[in-house]
Amino acid sequence: MLGLLQNIGKYMLMLWVVFSKPEKWGVFRRRLFDEIELIGLNSIPIVGLMSFFMGAVIALQTASNMDSPWLPEYTIGYITRSSTILEFSPTIISLILAGKVGSNVASEIGTMKSSEQIDALEVMGVNSLSYLILPKVMGAVFFFPVLIIFSMGLSLVGGWVSLLLSGLASTETYVYGIRSWFNFSDITYALTKTVVFAFLIVSIASFYGYYTKSGAVDVGKSATRAVVSASIAILIANFFLTQMILL
Amino acid sequence: MIELVNINKTFGDNHVLKNINTKFEKGRVNLIIGQSGSGKSVLTKCIVGLHQPDTGEILYDARNFTTMDRREKVDIRRKIGMLFQGSALFDSLTVEENVMFPLTMFTNMTKKERLDRVNFCLDRVNLSGRNKLYPAECSGGMQKRIAIARAIAMNPEYLFCDEPNSGLDPQTAIVIDNLIQELTYEYNITTVVITHDMNSVIEIGDHILFIHQGNNWWEGNKKDILTTDNQEILDFVYASDFMKEIRSHLTK
Repeated sequence: MLGLLQNIGKYMLMLWVVFSKPEKWGVFRRRLFDEIELIGLNSIPIVGLMSFFMGAVIALQTASNMDSPWLPEYTIGYITRSSTILEFSPTIISLILAGKVGSNVASEIGTMKSSEQIDALEVMGVNSLSYLILPKVMGAVFFFPVLIIFSMGLSLVGGWVSLLLSGLASTETYVYGIRSWFNFSDITYALTKTVVFAFLIVSIASFYGYYTKSGAVDVGKSATRAVVSASIAILIANFFLTQMILL
Repeated sequence: MIELVNINKTFGDNHVLKNINTKFEKGRVNLIIGQSGSGKSVLTKCIVGLHQPDTGEILYDARNFTTMDRREKVDIRRKIGMLFQGSALFDSLTVEENVMFPLTMFTNMTKKERLDRVNFCLDRVNLSGRNKLYPAECSGGMQKRIAIARAIAMNPEYLFCDEPNSGLDPQTAIVIDNLIQELTYEYNITTVVITHDMNSVIEIGDHILFIHQGNNWWEGNKKDILTTDNQEILDFVYASDFMKEIRSHLTK
């Protein structure tokens, strides 16, 4: 417990330094675009694949479990849309990104730490925390919402394709269900969660990477801890955000 | 000049540095030698500010580095060039980008001026035309020379080299030693080199500090070390039978 509190304190202190003014805005801008490419654009294939099949399975499950004749067919589209927008896209995709991006960030920074590259930055007079971590955090916070909107769209397409192939519902009723009782605040809720999750994933992964002791074994351990901690943080934050925003 | 006054550093119960006092003069190659675990690297990390000493003062040209705030320390650090044991080049950047890095971060030079400076530094370490290579494509000796080029890019007043010869063949090690010595004399830099390499000690040691069990055990120059009677330093320098034989010839 004491160790956990110490880590939380250390994490807060790290964030304090990370959010200091960049040394040079031009360098920061370049680093930000690099990170958007590395963290965001490179995640498009896995997010696309996961989202398509996730939507397909949600639609199929809903269709195959609708036994009651009182439930109209368009419920399939309605449930697919609601579950995708409210939970599956922001939360499940963020958990997947915690694995992909979290391990990448922790191992990259951890390797820099163990090969003295971070010491080299510090000796030069560069604020290594801000230089390395701020563009990653900002890149994720800016680009994860784009990924999640992309994921929502592809999930709905996945649901449509699965229903079309299985013949469990028509395109018209599925689209009608998707459009029924649509509330734009659901999107705002999902994107708010995404921004928080993006921040947690990258900052937690950076924390474990930056405080890696030395050697390949420690880099591996840091990457594992980063993924586990970021995933737990997402689940806890999801619970509280759902309570705060929806209830 | 860098002056160390009563430097102490402990990690838990381990008292690593005990009252270290010394001066590293400008325009001289100052060596720190000692057995593994004797505290050399910790001392160097204290000097460059990667560790905070428990007590004592580190004076850069009479300015007390230990009591400075982060911004003042940054001013000093921008005058420091450091060559790390593993070179510490940035993997994702090319040779040119590595050497240009401090210029991009801390100067308002134009792209052409920065490129000219990079080419000058690479030429200085005999690596002209290797701009577009990545560190992973370079040999160990080349990586050390790139790291030296990066260290001198900002015209440093202080140069630190942590085991510059580790992992290099004897010929390349001599090239690196000569380069460090030339740069020190040419630009009148205060150079501090941590080394285990006895060849370096005898070739370039203008001032040698021998650290033993965290203490400042012995100080002298490359001539003194050949004639000293200090038993610990004799055990360290003349550890092999071959070196002992050389010593016996020297003392005859």
